[in-house]
Amino acid sequence: MSLIATSAPATAVYVVLPYVALAIGIGGLIWRRKNDQFGWTARSTELLEGKVLRFASVVFHVGVLAAIGGHVLGILIPASWTDAVGISEDAYHVLAVAGGISAGIAVLVGFVALMYRRFTNPRVRVTTTNMDLLIFGLLAVGIATGLIATLVNIPDTVNYRESVAPYFRQIFIFQPDPSLMTGEGVATIFQIHVIAVWFLYAAWPFSRLVHAFTVPINYPRRSPIIYRPRKPQVAAAKSKSYGSGNLDYGPSIPSGPKPTGTTGGRSRAAQGE
Amino acid sequence: MKVRAQMGMVMNLDKCIGCHTCSVTCKNVWTSRRGMEYVWFNNVETKPGRGFPVDYEDQSKWKGGWKLDRRGRLKLRAGGPLHKLLNIFSNPDLPELDDYYDPWTYDYDKLISSPSSEHQPVARPKSQVTGDDLDIQWGPNWEDDLAGSAEHAAFDPNFRNIQEEVKQGFEDAFMMYLPRICEHCVNPSCVASCPSGAMYKREEDGIVLVDQDACRSWRFCVSGCPYKKVYFNWNTGKAEKCNFCYPRIEAGMPTVCSETCVGRLRHLGVVLIDTDRVEAAASVENEHDLLNAQLDLMLDPDDPEVREQALRDGIPADWIDAASYSPVYAMAKKWKIALPLHPEYRTLPMVWYVPPLSPMESVGKALVRDGEDADAENVFAAIDEMRIPVEYLASMLSAGDVEPVRNSLQRLVAMRRYMRDLNLGNEARPEIATEAGMEPHELEAMYRMVAIADYDDRYVIPKRHGEVSGDAFIDQGSCGIDFANGAPVPGMGEMAGVGAPDPFTGALAAARDGEVPETGALAPEQPDPKFDVRDLLTRHGGQPGSAGAGSGNV
Repeated sequence: MSLIATSAPATAVYVVLPYVALAIGIGGLIWRRKNDQFGWTARSTELLEGKVLRFASVVFHVGVLAAIGGHVLGILIPASWTDAVGISEDAYHVLAVAGGISAGIAVLVGFVALMYRRFTNPRVRVTTTNMDLLIFGLLAVGIATGLIATLVNIPDTVNYRESVAPYFRQIFIFQPDPSLMTGEGVATIFQIHVIAVWFLYAAWPFSRLVHAFTVPINYPRRSPIIYRPRKPQVAAAKSKSYGSGNLDYGPSIPSGPKPTGTTGGRSRAAQGE
Repeated sequence: MKVRAQMGMVMNLDKCIGCHTCSVTCKNVWTSRRGMEYVWFNNVETKPGRGFPVDYEDQSKWKGGWKLDRRGRLKLRAGGPLHKLLNIFSNPDLPELDDYYDPWTYDYDKLISSPSSEHQPVARPKSQVTGDDLDIQWGPNWEDDLAGSAEHAAFDPNFRNIQEEVKQGFEDAFMMYLPRICEHCVNPSCVASCPSGAMYKREEDGIVLVDQDACRSWRFCVSGCPYKKVYFNWNTGKAEKCNFCYPRIEAGMPTVCSETCVGRLRHLGVVLIDTDRVEAAASVENEHDLLNAQLDLMLDPDDPEVREQALRDGIPADWIDAASYSPVYAMAKKWKIALPLHPEYRTLPMVWYVPPLSPMESVGKALVRDGEDADAENVFAAIDEMRIPVEYLASMLSAGDVEPVRNSLQRLVAMRRYMRDLNLGNEARPEIATEAGMEPHELEAMYRMVAIADYDDRYVIPKRHGEVSGDAFIDQGSCGIDFANGAPVPGMGEMAGVGAPDPFTGALAAARDGEVPETGALAPEQPDPKFDVRDLLTRHGGQPGSAGAGSGNV
């Protein structure tokens, strides 16, 4: 049943790969944040095509957010916690399957529509980069396997909350047990899903997906109009010496009787004074 | 009172001949790059017409700018921050490329490379976006000189609020040109629309810019600007806009569009703005009061109190002086001949327009020519008989209030009548000025500004201060666009490939990246141990302390 049963390859894909992927993913995000702010963009194509996007992008993103929420609930939160608040295993499963299928279908429909748009609209097509293609491929595998895994698990044959979920949490306490992923209970489709997503994490920082990490949550709280000095570091130094009411640095033309006559091209007389 | 300096522009529409030199020179400098082919930081449109992008003035469609909510508070017309975050996956108000146009070039190579044949080869239009053959449908200033206006001009949103008779009088066709750049508003709705906080006004000069490193492609600035003067670079995924040629402005030079304007119709200058009262000014209830509210924000640079506060607020003294010579201040506030474009958007725009005079409809009232017999009443009545309806100008320049437009046109006519007498050697008639609500010397000054329009009168641009804004030496040789594959390259729409070599190498590249070299041409100047400042005092033979001392500029 399971894809990888022997120990050495299992260690490679379920222990080495996650840490390499997370190292590249997190390290890459930090590196890019420091070195490539200019490239840090969602790279929207709404200007080039808006009508399909209006439907597809919204459905896709809402589906993705729902799917992420579902993963947090099913993978990050231990079953014992949901038990503790009184959610029975059966109730959880019904919720997970119903939510998972709706979110999965939204993601799939949105993704297919976005891909259709991207490869049939000539304007959108020309903006596609190689990194986009790689990301689309990884997303396609991740979405397909995720949705299939949800569908094949309707009878609740794979209790991933006792296998995949503990394995995933163990990653973060540096004690992953690959046998949880290779055990008899874990269907191959779950394994492919997990492996594909590690690759997606590794590619993430080098793609347009970085926009997910710059959600402008500060926007509602900030002042609507922003003033900025030309060079912030100069302004910081300036604030000590400027604006302190020191008038020694006086005007070159004192107020008072105004000069008449012309000086060069710009005279007050030229303006009727 | 919190004083800030603000760069502004006045365009004298009376002199615009629609030659598009401003647009072309601007494009060559700023937007001849991949992703920016469709972008015109400066464009000239024929009015009446639908404009660029199409119908941009129709805010019921595009929802740009501000409005007052039911409780009289200033709100973005398209919706506030929460509304924007909810629509971040798809901006419902964003124009599409076809609302601008599909930019094109021609397959010129065909003309010289095609083999000998019976028929002449044809250079077909090719889209600069996709490279495919293009069936051209629309372009910037597609309605040049009223081309197709029978079909399109009725869509001009400026006709919407005008009395029926003006519309019907359309058989007596009229037209004018409207050059447009970013308004560098005092209350910019694009800045308020940016979720990332990437857009800002510069403290030093009020120029509105997009921080290319902070822009995240959310696109709300594009729809938030009622003038549609923030553009989206589809190649880089970043917003870009007219930057008032700030590298030139900082060096005391006029913008490229101003410098190259053959009609010499653009004026550049600084005004002092009281930023404490901006929100109140933009929130006045009656749209007709917006013009005066904005003029109230412009502080009198000759008022000792203003000067003192300006100094306290860190404005350099020569900037304050420049503000008192500012052609923008003179034309907008002193003489009130310049008006803002669509003040009803409540953005407090800082590019102002002198409305154009046009022929009187009734020959019998050609009063400028028959100056001697004309009395003021008839002259002012004639303003309403001009070919371009005052109502039409008012719907563009004063939220539909005809009085400011009429007043401006009256003063322009008065200037002509007054100067005609002087020109012909007749006795000057000061009453012409008085009738227009001005002093004779003010009319003379106005004549000097708008008719003679010397370079030094048109452009009063104080230089950037190193002690305020940092040393610009290190920026020398850079072109302003040090992103998106660097400098614009010759050949419209062409672009060096993504892997193109960096034009900055070695010490130059290091200097650009902020490293200050210790030696070489880019190293900071070190004091010369042999230099003694007292040497300067005797340079022209004078003695220290004598009258000639220090007159090094003889």
